[in-house]
Amino acid sequence: MNQLQNFTKGFIKDNPVFVLLLGLCPVLGVTSSAFNGLGMGLATTFVLVCSNTVVAIVKKQIPDKVRIPTFIVVIASFVTIVELSMQAYVPALFDSLGLFIPLIVVNCLVLGRAEGFASKQNLLSSVIDGSGMGLGFTFALTLLGGVREMFGNGSIFGWKFVEGDAILIFILSPGAFIALGYLIALINRIRKTA
Amino acid sequence: MAKKESSFINMVVTLFIVTMVAALALGGVYTATKEPIALAKKAKTEAALKAVIPNFDTVETYKVLAVGSTDSLSVNKCLLNGEIVGYAIESSSTNGYDPTPIKIMVGFSLDGKITKTSLISHKETPGLGTKMGEPKFASQFEGKDPESFKLIVKKDGGDVDAITAATISARAFCEAVTKAYNVLKKEGGNK
Repeated sequence: MNQLQNFTKGFIKDNPVFVLLLGLCPVLGVTSSAFNGLGMGLATTFVLVCSNTVVAIVKKQIPDKVRIPTFIVVIASFVTIVELSMQAYVPALFDSLGLFIPLIVVNCLVLGRAEGFASKQNLLSSVIDGSGMGLGFTFALTLLGGVREMFGNGSIFGWKFVEGDAILIFILSPGAFIALGYLIALINRIRKTA
Repeated sequence: MAKKESSFINMVVTLFIVTMVAALALGGVYTATKEPIALAKKAKTEAALKAVIPNFDTVETYKVLAVGSTDSLSVNKCLLNGEIVGYAIESSSTNGYDPTPIKIMVGFSLDGKITKTSLISHKETPGLGTKMGEPKFASQFEGKDPESFKLIVKKDGGDVDAITAATISARAFCEAVTKAYNVLKKEGGNK
């Protein structure tokens, strides 16, 4: 597999949300608006790239039986660093996204890529895999958030095109499942024809 | 280099080193960001203060015990040229949808009317509870006298329009405003 394919596989072919169905807890929880989805996606991408890098560097020093605890410590440390730095230097951004940052630790996508990819591949591939998967995740979250915001609130990225309340169920948890289901069906259709 | 064997000593040493490095890194980041975080929080409180009381030059801050509970609220007495122009009271409620307190700043003019409210921090559901910071909900408190304007959501027999699908957050917000008003009454003010 060349590096370009390695990078682009995260968008449609192996999209973490629509195809691998990984990390659904933050996916369903935070995508009540396009902006939230985008922010959560980018924060996850950052952690994913960092943890993939570190895991790819130290993989040979880690005995097999303690690899999972090690990966978790690495991931949790990066998440905390992101949280503290955002709080200190971009408080405005932290206000809107701060709630979701700790959720990245429990995102099995991050651990899944560390275990399934970075611990077996070289550094460059791992970094590319991390960015590709992260951006694919961001794409999926923004799309889902956009669809839910559009139906549930009548707006896109906060820009309102319908006055008053829209179909509120799309903002609530059941709406996340409904929207995700239809998007998965759509992506499956695209993958079949492609 | 071959992969390290999973012997007891290898595992202990590896985990020890990994956790130590992580702890040191986190300690370093925590120390480095401690001051900027405190500054950012202070700036936020000040911004909230400026948002609720339009015109003042000095602030006297003191703590007042809340009515019927053990926590104390910060009362900011705002003065302009030595005369009191209003009170900004930092209040909170833990009865939101998330156990983390909802912190708000409520401004009162001298006649005991609410000038404005400002949301400082909270962890309510994004897209639902977060609407309590938006003008549609927050502006209904402006210029209201809590003596005649019942600070309870309409569903519970009050005068406050709740937020659709986020009644709990709206209730908690009202509770925090009520707490601030009770402190103002206890404080006396000029009311």
